Amino acid sequence: MLKLFVKMIATGVITEEPPDEATSAALGAELKRGLNRYFRGSIAIRHVDAGSCNACELEIHALSNPFYNVERYGVHFVASPRHADVLLVTGPVSRHMEAALRRTWEAMPHPKWVIASGDCACDGGEFGASYASCGAVDNIIPVDLRIPGCPPAPTDLLSGLLQLMQTPYVEE
Amino acid sequence: MADTEIQSFVNACATANIPVGEPDSYVLPPAVVIPVSAPFWQRAARVAQGCGLRWCSFWASPVDESYELFCVLEKSGDYLVLRTRTGKEEPLPSQAPIYPAADRLERHAHDLLGIEFVDAPDSRRWTRHQAWKEHEFPLRPDFIESLSQRGKTAADADYPFVRARGRGVVEIPVGPVHAGTIEPGHFRFQAVGETVLNLEERLGYVHKGIEKLAVGREPDSLVRLAGRVSGDSTVSHSWAACQALERATAFEVPPRALCLRAIMAERERVANHLGDIGAICNDVGFAFGQYQLTRLKETFVRTSHTIFGHRFMMDRVVPGGVSCDIDSAQITSMVQEAKGLTREAAEIVSMLEHSESLEDRLMTTGRLTPEQADQLGVVGYVGRASGRGVDVRHDRPYAPYDRLKFAVPVYRAGDVAARAKIRADEIGTSLDLLCQLLQSVPEGPVKESFPDVKIACEGLGIVEGWRGEILTYVQLDKDGTVTRFFPRDPSWLLWPALELLVQDNIVPDFPVCNKSVNASYSGHDL
Ligand code: SF4
Repeated sequence: MLKLFVKMIATGVITEEPPDEATSAALGAELKRGLNRYFRGSIAIRHVDAGSCNACELEIHALSNPFYNVERYGVHFVASPRHADVLLVTGPVSRHMEAALRRTWEAMPHPKWVIASGDCACDGGEFGASYASCGAVDNIIPVDLRIPGCPPAPTDLLSGLLQLMQTPYVEE
Repeated sequence: MADTEIQSFVNACATANIPVGEPDSYVLPPAVVIPVSAPFWQRAARVAQGCGLRWCSFWASPVDESYELFCVLEKSGDYLVLRTRTGKEEPLPSQAPIYPAADRLERHAHDLLGIEFVDAPDSRRWTRHQAWKEHEFPLRPDFIESLSQRGKTAADADYPFVRARGRGVVEIPVGPVHAGTIEPGHFRFQAVGETVLNLEERLGYVHKGIEKLAVGREPDSLVRLAGRVSGDSTVSHSWAACQALERATAFEVPPRALCLRAIMAERERVANHLGDIGAICNDVGFAFGQYQLTRLKETFVRTSHTIFGHRFMMDRVVPGGVSCDIDSAQITSMVQEAKGLTREAAEIVSMLEHSESLEDRLMTTGRLTPEQADQLGVVGYVGRASGRGVDVRHDRPYAPYDRLKFAVPVYRAGDVAARAKIRADEIGTSLDLLCQLLQSVPEGPVKESFPDVKIACEGLGIVEGWRGEILTYVQLDKDGTVTRFFPRDPSWLLWPALELLVQDNIVPDFPVCNKSVNASYSGHDL
C-alpha cells in the first residue's frame, strides 16, 4: 500500500501541467466556460458505435485518461440514453446497427444534440454506403456537429464539444 | 518438401484412403497447398485433427459458376492449405463437427456466398441480420446492390437463441448498445441467481461489407481498407495485407521497411497491452492501475504521433514498404523511451501483483482450461494464458523477426489474472524487441514502388498482431485489382472462448472477463 502512495505522489497531478498540453488545456478551459453557459456545469454524453473500426473508440477512451481527464469539465459518459444530452456517434452506420441507433436517439429526452465523430460518421469515410452500410450518420438521424479525423484525436474531440456548445439550439 | 508436419498429414491421408493432390509449396508460401476433392473435406479435417494440426481459417471465393474453398491448418509453424472446388449448388461436408472453430466461419461463408454445408452442427445464420434476405448472397458476383428506396432496416428481432428452461433460470439480454464506450454486440445470458449458466453471443452488428468493398480496389487502396478492419490493430492488419500482396507478386520489401514495420507493430502491441491491463483494473474498481497505465499509454502514443505522424500509425504500412522514415535522433529517443518504460511498467505491474484485492477479483475468474483452449484452437494471449504457445513471430518467423531473440511466455492457469500477466510479460518482451530493432535499423530505402501486376495471382499474409495470429488472403486479377480479400482476425477464434470461460462466473464479472479477452467486434464482423 505504501508503495502505491509513493507512486501516486511521485506521479503527481499530470493533468494540470502536462508537458505539451498547451492546446488541449486551452480547449478544455474554454469548454468549461461553454458548458457553464448552456449546461450549468454538466453535460451527459451517450456514445454509440454504429459500425466503427474501433479506433475512434480508443480516442474517446483517451479523453478519460489523466492527461485529458474530461470529467473535470463536467463532461460525463452515461450508460443510458435517457440520461444523455449528447449522442456521440462513431463509424458509418452499419445497416445492422441502424435500428439500434434510431432507438437510442429516440430514447433521449429533448433537448438533444448529435455529434458525428470521425470521417466515417461524418461522410461514410472509407466504408461509405453499401449493401451493409448506410454511410454517414445524418442519413439516419439529424447531426448537429461533425468532428472529422480518422480517428479524431482527443484534442479534436474536446474542441468539437466546444463548438457544439456555441451552436445555438433550434427547437424542432 | 521439407515440412515434416505436412508430410505426416499426407501419409495419414494415404492410410485413411483419402485421395489428395500433389502438395504445392509455390502458390501460397509459406503454406503448402494440398488439393482435396470436396466429398473428402470433412474426412481430411478428421485426419488433420489426428495429426494434431491446429485449425486456423476457412474462406471461399466465387469462381465462374463454382466456388474455390480454402481451409488453413498449422502445426509447429508449418502451414497447410486444403483447397477444393464445388459447384454452385453442391454442398460441402462441414468441418465444424471436428473443429468447433470452423462453425462461425462456415456460417459466415454461407451468409455471404450461399455455400451449403452438410452435417453442420449449427445451421442458423450468423453474419446476416436483416440487411439482406435469406436467399441473397452479397459476395456473389450477381448480387445486386440497390442503395435507393430500400427503406429502414429492421432490427434482428427473431434470431433463434438457445433457450434454457427451469425454475429460477433468468434470461438477461444485453446489447447491442452497451453501457460503456465499447463496440456493439448482443449477449444473451441464462443465469441462476448471480451465476452464469450459459452465454450466447450474437455478433455481426458492425458488418460493413469489407470483403465486398475490397473487390475491384488497387493494392494501395486495399491496404487502407485493411488498416480499418480492426482499428486497434491497424499496423498488423495492413502488414498482413501487404505481406499477402507482396508474396503474391514475389516482391522483395526493402529491409529498412521491414524493420520499421516491426517497430510500429511492437509499438502497437505495447500501447494496446498497457491500455487493456489498465481497463481490466478499472473493471474491478482499481483506479490506481487504470490511471497509471493509461498515463503510460498516452505518453507512448504521443511519441508515435511525433515520430510516425499518427497516434496509431494508421496508413504507415503500404504496399512496397512504409510511408514514413526515422532519423538517428528519433532512434535514440525511442530507445530511451523503451528503456524508461520497461522500468516503469515493471514497477507498476509488481504493485498490481502485490495487491490482494486485485488478486481476489482476477484469480480463478473466467477460467479457460488448456483442454478447452486446445479444442477451440485459441490463439494470441488468450491461448498463451491457457497453455498454447502459438506465436507466428516465433513459430514461423517472417522478416525481421527471423533475426531477433525473444521468449514466448506461456501460462496454464487460463484465468483473467493469467491473461493480464501474459500481457504484462509481453510489454517487457516487446520493449526489448523494440530496442533490438532500433539498434539495428538497416540502411536503404523505406519503400520500393509496388510492381504492376500482369497475371492473376494470390497470396497469404500471416502476422502476429497484438491479439494473435492474423491470416489474410488476397487474390488479384490480371489487371492488378483485387478479386478476393479475406482477413481472418484472431477474434474469430477468441469469441467462442469467451462463451466458455464465463460459465459458472457471476454476471457482474462478465465485463472483466470480456475485457481480458478483448476480442474485436469490427475485426470479426467485417
Ligand atoms: S473514422 Fe477512421 S478511425 Fe474512425 S471508425 Fe472510421 S475508419 Fe475507423
